[in-house]
Parts: sequence; structure tokens; C-alpha cells
Amino acid sequence: MYDFAYHKPASVADAVKILAADPDARPISGGMTLLPALKLRLNKPTSVVDLSGIAELHGVKREGDKLVIGALTRHGDVASSAEVKAAIPTLAAMAGTIGDTQVRNRGTMGGSVANNDPSADYPAALLALGATIQTDKRKLAAEDFFTGMFTTALEVGELVTAIHIPIPTKAGYAKMRNPASRYSMAGVFVAQTASGVRVAVNGAGANGVFREKAMEAALSANWSPDAVAGVKVDPGLLNGDIHGSAEYRAHLVTVMAKRAVIDAG
Amino acid sequence: MPQVTLTVNGTKHTVEVEARTLLVETLREQLRLTGTHVGCDTSQCGACVVHMGGDSVKSCTILSVQCDGSEITTIEGLAAADGTLHPMQEAFREYHALQCGFCTPGMVMSAIDLVNKHPDGMSEKEIREGLEGNLCRCTGYHNIVKAIAAAQDVMHGRVPELVRAAAE
Amino acid sequence: MNVVTPFEGIGASLRRKEDFRFLMGRGQYVDDINRPGQTHAVMLRSPHAHATIDRIDTVAAKAMPGVKAIFVGEDMAAEQIGGIPCGWQIHNKDGSPMAEPMHPALALGKVRHVGDPVAVVIAETKSQARDAAEAIVVDYTPLPAVSGTEAALQPGAPQVHDGAPGNLCYDWHIGDKAAQEAAFARAARVVKFETTNNRLVPNAMEPRAAIGDFDSFSGDYTLYTTSQNPHVIRLLMGAFVLHIPESKLRVVAPDVGGGFGSKIYHYAEEAIVTWAAGKVKRPIKWTCERSESFMSDAHGRDHVSTAELALDAEGKILGLKVHTLANMGAYLSTFAPCVPTYLYATLLSGVYATPVIYAEVKAVFTNTVPVDAYRGAGRPEATYLLERLMDVAAAEAGLDKVDFRRRNFILPDQFPYQTPVALQYDSGDYHSTLEACLETAGWAGFEARRAESKTRGRLRGIGISTYVEACGIAPSAVVGSLGARAGLYEVGTIRVHPTGSVTVLTGAHSHGQGHETTFAQLIADKLGVPTANVDIVHGDTAKVPFGMGTYGSRSLAVGGSAMDKAMDKIIAKGKRIAAHLMEASVEDVEFERGTFRVAGTDKTKTLTDISLAAYVPHNYPIDEIEPGLEETAFYDPKNFTYPGGCHICEVEIDPETGRTEVLNFTAVDDVGRVINPMIVEGQVQGGVAQGIGQALLEAAIYDASGQLVSGSFMDYTMPRAGDLPDVGVATHVTLCTHNPLGVKGCGEVGAIGSPPAVMNAVVDALRDYGVRHVEMPATPQKIWGIVNAHRLAAE
Repeated sequence: MYDFAYHKPASVADAVKILAADPDARPISGGMTLLPALKLRLNKPTSVVDLSGIAELHGVKREGDKLVIGALTRHGDVASSAEVKAAIPTLAAMAGTIGDTQVRNRGTMGGSVANNDPSADYPAALLALGATIQTDKRKLAAEDFFTGMFTTALEVGELVTAIHIPIPTKAGYAKMRNPASRYSMAGVFVAQTASGVRVAVNGAGANGVFREKAMEAALSANWSPDAVAGVKVDPGLLNGDIHGSAEYRAHLVTVMAKRAVIDAG
Repeated sequence: MPQVTLTVNGTKHTVEVEARTLLVETLREQLRLTGTHVGCDTSQCGACVVHMGGDSVKSCTILSVQCDGSEITTIEGLAAADGTLHPMQEAFREYHALQCGFCTPGMVMSAIDLVNKHPDGMSEKEIREGLEGNLCRCTGYHNIVKAIAAAQDVMHGRVPELVRAAAE
Repeated sequence: MNVVTPFEGIGASLRRKEDFRFLMGRGQYVDDINRPGQTHAVMLRSPHAHATIDRIDTVAAKAMPGVKAIFVGEDMAAEQIGGIPCGWQIHNKDGSPMAEPMHPALALGKVRHVGDPVAVVIAETKSQARDAAEAIVVDYTPLPAVSGTEAALQPGAPQVHDGAPGNLCYDWHIGDKAAQEAAFARAARVVKFETTNNRLVPNAMEPRAAIGDFDSFSGDYTLYTTSQNPHVIRLLMGAFVLHIPESKLRVVAPDVGGGFGSKIYHYAEEAIVTWAAGKVKRPIKWTCERSESFMSDAHGRDHVSTAELALDAEGKILGLKVHTLANMGAYLSTFAPCVPTYLYATLLSGVYATPVIYAEVKAVFTNTVPVDAYRGAGRPEATYLLERLMDVAAAEAGLDKVDFRRRNFILPDQFPYQTPVALQYDSGDYHSTLEACLETAGWAGFEARRAESKTRGRLRGIGISTYVEACGIAPSAVVGSLGARAGLYEVGTIRVHPTGSVTVLTGAHSHGQGHETTFAQLIADKLGVPTANVDIVHGDTAKVPFGMGTYGSRSLAVGGSAMDKAMDKIIAKGKRIAAHLMEASVEDVEFERGTFRVAGTDKTKTLTDISLAAYVPHNYPIDEIEPGLEETAFYDPKNFTYPGGCHICEVEIDPETGRTEVLNFTAVDDVGRVINPMIVEGQVQGGVAQGIGQALLEAAIYDASGQLVSGSFMDYTMPRAGDLPDVGVATHVTLCTHNPLGVKGCGEVGAIGSPPAVMNAVVDALRDYGVRHVEMPATPQKIWGIVNAHRLAAE
């Protein structure tokens, strides 16, 4: 990789100050996405700002009818968190399937959310659960935050600090992994929330994570696997690669939606 | 150049590194602990797995500067000073869980973390899923799974000593 | 004191001697070695599949920090550095030699595949070398490229080499065409089958690496390299590329992290760092990155075949006709031409008494990475073709697939069995391995299990493969007559030290096979020296007299036999010394496991008594024999060895996702005498894993422009623990009749027997879908495509 300067601020304010002053600086939390990209020399930041020393960004807590998860909370900690398991067991289970053990020991929810990899798990969960992404400046609803493949509403120097997740009545998740990379090739998160049934899809969308409104309507009318079994997704909206054509992914979205409903119970 | 202090296998080292230096490069090139290997460049093979603060991490996907002040354990730090193998190392030998030996250090380090995080024990299926981040091209994993299944009972104190493999 | 327990000899599952260093992080692989003053090399590689190199500008790069030198193809050509040689010459049907285009170590004027090395940068650090490599400016003019095996022969296809018109490397055949045609003319049925054997990337977990070192005072070169056969590298690189005499070139292959064939060959990088070390007068280390391995390690397989099987009315095989296209890639790798010919077509009789066979093979050049032997090398391709064909034929003839196989087996009393494609099988017992495997796998109870799966919406299938392979390569005279440019014997030296411990020098190389243990067991068994007192030395041309290395499951059958022969010489000499010491005649001295005895008496001498007398010859027949107790033997086998057996696989398919899960895999193999059952089981399990990988997961995919689409672990599916089942392994022994150990070899059987067993199971699982064949790998997407097409057709 190319060399860069390294900073390890102790507060969000200090981190933001460095990042705002230099558009080519990059924040790093777990580094599970940034470091592989740097190793392949796909990225040439002037400096890397390590957020891991910012104590306020760690941890999971329950605040009334929602979970508040610090941006630096690792996938492994989400997976094993008693609060998450009690409130949204599917979210804990999903976190336990992100990457591999070593990724879960380093990777963070904030990092995953800010990166918005189309095949990452969390964005679909947050979109389906109607989560709010809190940054150092503002709060954004998940649908306003995730704007497209690898893109978010974050401005230069803006940091995700926490994720607020309303606790759903029910939620379920199922995904088909890419056989080689093991990232999601088609994953569906379904939830019964205070604002209705929400269904979000990762891995398949040509423009990243998206809500599947026809499935939401079908499940609102009849919460059962059969209700989504007949809902077809338009392959024209999906991406394809050697492991899964758009047509195959469209089919998988329906299958995973069924399985997510079964998972939700 | 940045300076980092690492406690590796119980010994404190302070080394100068470029910010871009990976932990595995510091371990292999500066500390000459060459038991930790590099088998890929996409963070998938797991040959480089070490423990940082007790958790398994891929040392090819972490900067040395990120590890400042950390406790690192590598494959060289597992056996006792008198050469007594860690139960996982012993199980790998007993169950013929290694052939070329290249993936072995990372496999052993991952396996120990896996066992530590499952105090109630794992089924063979769970062990297989838990090895998601480690590739082996020689063994077909069959004997690795058997070795971990046997070692977990020793590590959790369920049996006083390793159950011998069937092959004699 | 040499005291050997009975557990250490042949047949003991001795735990491995080499494990301690590997388990404690003390192995020494090439990249673990740093030479004083070492520099680092990075290869600049072609991003184009096919292009002319119009200009290379290294001026800016040479001025970068830490850069010591940059070399391009012309720099090597200016010193008459040779091309990378090919070790096997195939002749066309008309007797003319194959096309053998020059393979420059660094590209000369043209690049022919993505990854073709164009320049080498040598710098103080690897990062500096990479930085400088990026600063080299290369002007390319891209040319049309061809990557597909069949596409290469199409009229108007882009030409990879001027010296190979139509991209044809050779057009070769074997067998009796007229007899084949006659057999087909009287057949009750001819079954035709077409298939592609998917291209694979070997992916040993240790990436290749090389360190070139040059001593300017002595003029000695040393190459540390990730090789399965250091002496072969010394021979090829010294004699044909760099023109360095063997006496001035040492090649060291220390611990090597897996090979599977991919580390047999002499690679350009070895020659480049060795040559360049002499230029910069500093050691140079090059370590391959994994993504670079994908575009520079020799790939495997990549055949397109048509096979036709002629049957009589009773389901007996009358004849076989095969036409195969084999992809050589852009250049001929060391053994490449022999893989789809003498390692493939000669095996097409399989375990069946096939009276006539005719096979023709065309090898083609493409703008892809060179293709060479990968675990099994030719034999997996032959076995896959034949064993899928047997299932297809059984189905079309309305025969039970197991009975159909039984009906055509070569019978135990037919050995030695001469096939119509050159090989003579010495021994085997295909019925026994079949019946044992059927029993263990629960073949008879399958339909009940299938019905149970169906209740869960899953499709269960069972598949069988009965196979034989030819390994332990090989009689030198035979392979020489077939085009090999080297002998294929092996060398073993037994050095009994004064106090009775033993050092064995072997030309075989261990990169996972456990030679340090298995070979020590041979010594323990015959000489009675405990394995703890036996050291196996390999992998260094300065220590081992000579050798041809490890590939083709030859280490034990050939290398072990050389040791056995050397031990015979030790015993013969020992008897003469013992006779002298015990005042007996040599003819009366017997030897067994460490003890010389005068027959019929209680007069004995231990091996240690004898070795001490040999090195401290105070009381010694010095007028008759020399002091010392060290013997070297070259063993050249009389024939290949023929392991065989039966593999049965049971799979379950989720028709909704197309995902195939392997539920059970059972192997019953005849690998001849088993020295260490634990190691044999491990070898078979590992081979089966690679076979399941080929069948279900792995594929090197090039797009039409010659870009490798599956060029990293992100896209090339390596088998993980969760993808594989437990693999049950049993052995049924018939002894090899022509080597002294009775061994056949076990390194490749797993990869040879398994792919058709898996694919036969996949096709069986889909039996209600009207599926005749599924190409490898049976990925979820492919299976879903079949299920979906069937559903659409039904609508």
C-alpha cells in the first residue's frame, strides 16, 4: 500500500477536525474494508484517522423501545450482546454471520454502515428496521442515509457515531452467500415494525440496498412465507456476476424473503 | 516514523514502523517471528491469524500502529517454555491435522479462539462453520475438525487429557 | 542404542516427526529466509492478454528511492539467456514434432497472457520495488486475444505464436483406429458424451517464492525456491536457461507449503532472480502475492472432450473413441505436453476390459496462463470422462450402473493386464474395492434416504466412480521413448553413522506428504533403527546427490524403492563386516531388523557393532572392502504403479437455491502396501477435497478478451471446511508386483476418483428433471438454471 500519516484522536471532535481539514484523509475503525483496499493500492489516502480510541463510540444500550449501538461496536460484540439477543435476536444472529470470526473481532457496525457495501449485511437490517443513523452532526433515517452502491449521505469529514434501532415486533433474515467471497449474494431482512412491515434486500440491487415494496404489501396483508413466494423481483433492477446472474438473484430474493419470514416466525 | 510498543508472546518490543506497515510485516520482518504466514492478499486465507488481546485477528489486515500497546500472541508463544505443546497443538499432531504446515499456525490460532468463545463446546458442524476464515488446501479439513473437537474437551477441562485418535 | 518398537515400522500410524516445527512456528519456508544484504524483486506484469510491447520507459522508475536495478526482456536476451524449456516433446500423428515456441523469462516484444512478466524491479524494500514498478511506463498495442480451448482452433482465431499456425501445438493420437471403427460397426449401441473438464488454479497455500544469491568471490549461485524437485530446477535452469554448471549452482527447496503439481515446473521468476543476483551482486527475494499467483502459477485441467462408447447387446464394452482438445495456455510449461497425452489417453481403459480404444488429442495455445499438471494430471480428466460416460451409457442402455461396471471390470485373474492404450496394469482387485465401498456407503439403503430428503423438499443423489490410475512415474526408457527429456528414476543414499544412527538423503521432496516420518519408518522396519535416530534430508542439491523430485505419487514407489535398494547394499556390506567379526562365512550371515546373526547360532552383532567397525576399522576386512557404511542407489522402476478403487458420494440439493451439499463421501482405495495408514488417509482426504472442489466449486474463468475473471479468492471458490463432509477412507491392498515395497502411491487417488463420483451423484439427484449431464463445477447458479428450465418447460 501507499504510505500515509496516521492519527489516533481521542474524541469525535478531534477526529472530525482532522477529517474536515483534509478531504483525502480516511477514517478507519475495524479496517476490514479499508485495509484490503489499501493493500491492493486501490486507495491513496493522505492520512488515516483511527477512531478506535474514542471511548464514547463503543457499546450497546437499550433506551426504551430502541437499541442504541455505538458506531465502533464490533460485529462479534453485537452477536454476543445480551441486549441485542433479547431485543432483536435476528440482528444478533445476523451479526454472527458477517464475514468470518476474525472480521467479527475487528469490524464495526459504524464502519459497515458508512461503507454501504451492497453485499454487506447491516444496511438491509437497518433499512428494514427503520433505524436512524446518528452522525456527529445530525440524525438520518436509514432510507435517507443509504443513497446507493458504496455511497451514503455522509459529507466529507462527517462520522457515524451511533445507530438507533427501534425494536420490531418480529424480524427475520436469510441470505445466500457468494460461494467464493462469502458476502451476501441476495439477502432479505423482514420486520414488523411500529411503522408497518418493512422488507430490505442486500447483495442483489444494482444500486445497493433497497426496500422491496411489493413484498411489504404482501406481508402486510398476510404475514406468511406463502405471501412473498409469489412476489417476483425485476431482474432489471439487479446486478449480476459470474456467481449469480440478475435472473438468479431475482429468484433468490424471493426464496430468501420466504426464509426470512420463516426465521422471523 | 511512528513508534509502536507491542507485547508479543509476553515480551515487550518497541519498534519503528511506517504507518502502512501491517502487523504481519512487523512480526515477520522486524521481530523475525516467521511462524505467522501470508497466504493471500484479500484477507481470506487466515494463514496470518494471531491473537490480539485474546481475540483472533488477521495480522495481514491490521496496521502495526493500530496495535500499539496491545498484547499479541503468535504460534511461537503457545507452547510452554519446556516445549510442552498447547492442547490444540497436541491435538493437531495426534489427529494428523496438518500436512504442509503452511496454514497450520493460523488454523491453530483461530481454533483456540473458537474454542475459547464456545465454552459449552461445539458440534463438528459448528467447528466447520467457525473455520470460515481459514483455508487449508492439504487436509480437506477432516482431521482439523477432529483435532479441534478433541482439543476443546481438554481446554474446557472435560477430560484430563487428549483422547487419542483411532488410528494406531 | 538402537531399540525399535514394533509400532514404528511399516503399517504403523506413527505421528509425524515434522509436526513439531510446523506446530510451533519453526518451519522454514522460502519467504522465512532472509539472506544478508537481501534486496527485493517485484515483477511488472502484463495487464493485457495479447499485445505488442512498443516501448518500456524505466528512467523515472530507476530514479525512485531504493531502486537497485530494473531489467527487461532485452537485457536477458542480450546475454543469450535461454527460454524457459519444456521437458517433454510430443510428436504429431505424422511423426513431426510439436510446435514449441520460445518462452522468454521476461517478455520480448510481445505479451501473451495477463500476468506475463515484462520487467523486474529490484529495490531495497518490497514497497520501494512496488512503487517503482508502478512508475515504469509500458506502451502496449493490444492485439485480439483468444482464451477458449475450442475458440483457439477456429479459423481466423488470433494467433498466439507465429511458430504455431492455427494455435495448434500438436495433433496426436493413440490406439488402433481401424479396430475401433470395426468394433463400432458391430455395436448394438453407441453412446456419445461431450464434456468440458474445468480449468483449475492449484492454490497451494504457500505462494511461490524465490531468493537468488550470488557469491562473487566463488562465482557460486544459490537459488532458494518453492519447488517439488530442486534437482530438476538446477538441471533445467542451469543447463538450458542461465548456462551455469551444476557445480556452481545450488538449489534449495526448504519447507514448501503444498505443491499439488504447481511447484514442479521451472518458472521464469526463478531464472530472473538468480540471473539478476549475479548482476546486482546482492541476494534478491521475490515472493508472489496471491492475486499474482492466479496469473503466474501453472493452471490445471481445461479439456474439451467427446467420447463414444460402443456396447454389445449384453452391455459389454466393445470399444471406446475419444477426441480431446487440451488448452496449453500461452507457453509450454515443463510437463504440459505429456499431461493430455501419456498421462491421460493411456488411462482411458480405466478398470474395464475395453478391447479397443482410439483417442486423438489436439493441444492448443491460447492467451491464458500456461496449463500443466495439477494433482492427478491427466488421470482425473480421463477418469471423469470415462466414469461419467459409464453412468450415461448405463442409463441409456437401461442397465444398473453398478452391474454395468461389474460386468466390464478387468478380473483379478487377468493381471498383468495389457490395455489397448500402452499401459500394462500389474495388479488390482476392482470387485473387492467396489463391494467394500458399496457396503460402507450404504448403497442398498439409498432410496429410503432419498425419500426422506424428498419430504424436506430436497433432492438426494448417490454417485459412484470405480477407477484406476497410473503413477509412480516412471520407467526412464519408456518415458524417454514417449518424449520425456529426462530420466525418471529416483536416488536414495543411506548413511549409517558410526554409532548406528542413520541419515537418509533422498531426491524426493516433501511438501506435506510426511516423508520425514514415512521414510524413517522404512528404515526402522528394515534396518531396525528407531525413527528417532533416522533423519531424512531432502530439498537441497548441495546435500543430496541427485533426484527427480516429488510428483505423480512417486515418492514412495520410486524414492522409497531407491532407499530400499540402498538398504540392501548396506545390509550386504554389513554382512561381510559381520562375517569377518564373527569369523563366519558371508553366506551364513543373516540380517533382520538391526541384528546380524550367524545362521543357526546365537552369535550376533548389532548394526551399531557393524557401523562402528566400519568407521573404526581396527578389526576389519580392510583388504576386501572399504571402510564406512554409506550406500547410494538409483532406482528406475520397471512399470508405472496402478492404484485404484471405488469412491461413492451422496449429495443433497436444495432445488430452491441450487446449492449442493455433500452429505457423505466414502473411499475404498487400493494404494498397495500401506506404510503409515494415518498419512494415507490424510492424503486421500485431501485429494478428495480437491476433487469435490473441482466438481462443485472451483473454476478459472477467462472472459473472451483473456482477462481472468476469477483471479482471486474473492471470485475463485476455494473449498472451506463448511463446504466439505467427513471423508471416510478405507484401503484394500493388492501389492504392486514390481517394486520392492509393494507400494503404489496415494497422493493423487483422492483427486482422481472423486469428481465423477460427485457429479454422478448430482445428476442422480436431478433424475426427475430429465438431466443427462451437468458440467463441473455444479455451482448453485448452474443447478438452479437446470431446475428453473425444467419448471419453465413444464409450465
